[in-house]
Amino acid sequence: MIIGLEIHAELSTRSKIFCSCSTAFGGEPNSRCCPVCLGLPGALPLLNETAVEYGILAGLALNCTISVESKFDRKNYFYPDLPKAYQISQYDQPLCRDGWVEFELEQELLHAGVTRVHLEEEAGKSIHSGDNILGSDYSSIDYNRAGIPLIEIVTEPDLRSPAQAKAFLEQLKRTLQYIDVSDCKMEEGSLRCDANISLRPQGGRAFGTKVEIKNLNSFRAVERALDHEVQRQRNVLETGAAVVQDTRAWNEAKGVTVSMRSKEESHDYRYFPEPDLPPLAVNQVWVEELRQSLPEMPLPKRNRIMEQYGLGRYASDFLANSAIWADFFECAAKQYGNYKVLCNWLMGDVSRVLNARQEELPQSRLTPAALVELLRLVDDEIISGSQAKDVLEEVCATGRSSKQVTADLGMEQISDEDELTAMVEEVLAAHPEQAQRCREGEERLVGYFVGQVMKLSRGQANPKRVNALLRQKLQQ
Amino acid sequence: MISREEVERTAALAHLTLTDQELEKMTGELASILDAVSSLQEVDTSAVVPTNHAVPLENVMRRDEQKPGLSRDEAVANGPDVVQSFFRVPRIMEEE
Repeated sequence: MIIGLEIHAELSTRSKIFCSCSTAFGGEPNSRCCPVCLGLPGALPLLNETAVEYGILAGLALNCTISVESKFDRKNYFYPDLPKAYQISQYDQPLCRDGWVEFELEQELLHAGVTRVHLEEEAGKSIHSGDNILGSDYSSIDYNRAGIPLIEIVTEPDLRSPAQAKAFLEQLKRTLQYIDVSDCKMEEGSLRCDANISLRPQGGRAFGTKVEIKNLNSFRAVERALDHEVQRQRNVLETGAAVVQDTRAWNEAKGVTVSMRSKEESHDYRYFPEPDLPPLAVNQVWVEELRQSLPEMPLPKRNRIMEQYGLGRYASDFLANSAIWADFFECAAKQYGNYKVLCNWLMGDVSRVLNARQEELPQSRLTPAALVELLRLVDDEIISGSQAKDVLEEVCATGRSSKQVTADLGMEQISDEDELTAMVEEVLAAHPEQAQRCREGEERLVGYFVGQVMKLSRGQANPKRVNALLRQKLQQ
Repeated sequence: MISREEVERTAALAHLTLTDQELEKMTGELASILDAVSSLQEVDTSAVVPTNHAVPLENVMRRDEQKPGLSRDEAVANGPDVVQSFFRVPRIMEEE
């Protein structure tokens, strides 16, 4: 099984690649357009410097060689989402080439080549009147998206299973997010994937006939569609027939790939150099500066976190999955030495609370200092673990400090010996019969009395101390 | 030389519908144009660096700044079929 991927990622520049229109997601239809991105006659493109910078950064992060000479070309085809009837892309002089990505699948370190990374412009968005593109009577076109800068990343045919393809794509997404050139939101279409797949007999050299699958807009879809397509091709080959070269669309609802036949009969793109854009002579000093500015990449970060903090692989993967979470952890870890506890809180309650609030960590009011303060309150037995969860929710909701919230909610545990002793005595006196049975060895009644003290103290008694005091009193 | 089939294919790629008569005429005219241009092949270019662009410029770029474009109404003003400020177009794909 031979799989290669073609990935498109929208670059998170403020303005479009060849004009100054906004790249923000959504908006009223056709409200973020100008003569350039609508392809009106006479309009001329002017290249966005930051799009080139982000393209180079992506190339460097994917271990590519950055071209010294690069240029843009016109890719000619008719399609309603392409207002000029050509897309400005790069053909024979891509910005970056010959890179590779390291990724892991079930703890095995894998490697896939990156053939090229090039810059191009995004097309408009088609909204189909039917259920999908294949059943529509007409389509509605919004050109807000047209002209947003894209990088197209083409891999070598190095992937050998649908699970590898998915793991590769996850690593690619993580990498692009680390260098902050794309938000990679598959659900908003800012990261998209097409796959080429062919089967060849075990041990054979020649590649089989290639089938392209489009419309893979989630990680799950990549794996499912490839699984399905492998099975379909196997079935074809087993009957002795040949696989037909084809472009197929993944239908998520039905779980099948369907052949797409464009009304355009030919894919003859007649590329030629874009006359409206002068070529690029990429300044290698700039490239070196960008190379120096690259942050630590996901796999090295994961390995360092494992080593430096003595965390397990699962926990380290969780942290290094996002540079933001890893930074949060490392910042808190400077002030708090129990790394496992800290990481468990991040993986568990912090994630849960943020999910419930539908917030991302950077937007959250929770700071590393606030979390450390919270964990110290637990360590010092001022609040219990379960109270800490309530405090965390309140901190995230209000941005007040953990100590402040604890005081405001009247949560400080009562650990004062005299106060607790008084309560224990009160409870024992109120239930003489149970106290007697407990003295005679009915162990489960200790729990009953702890509960009574907790109730009396409105949950503020320190349960550990109460337990100890009870046992002491009962033995007297 | 250019064949009639090549002209037909080129016309199809450009979404042009040509009558038999027009095809005939185009084939002849394109052949003489190609013939004239092909005289360039006689020039010795072995010492000439390939040219992608006619103007000696490179790295013309702008800063990544947003500027307002057209209003929504202006943007769709020339659309032949506009519905709720979308451009509406006929069916795109057919199922095989």
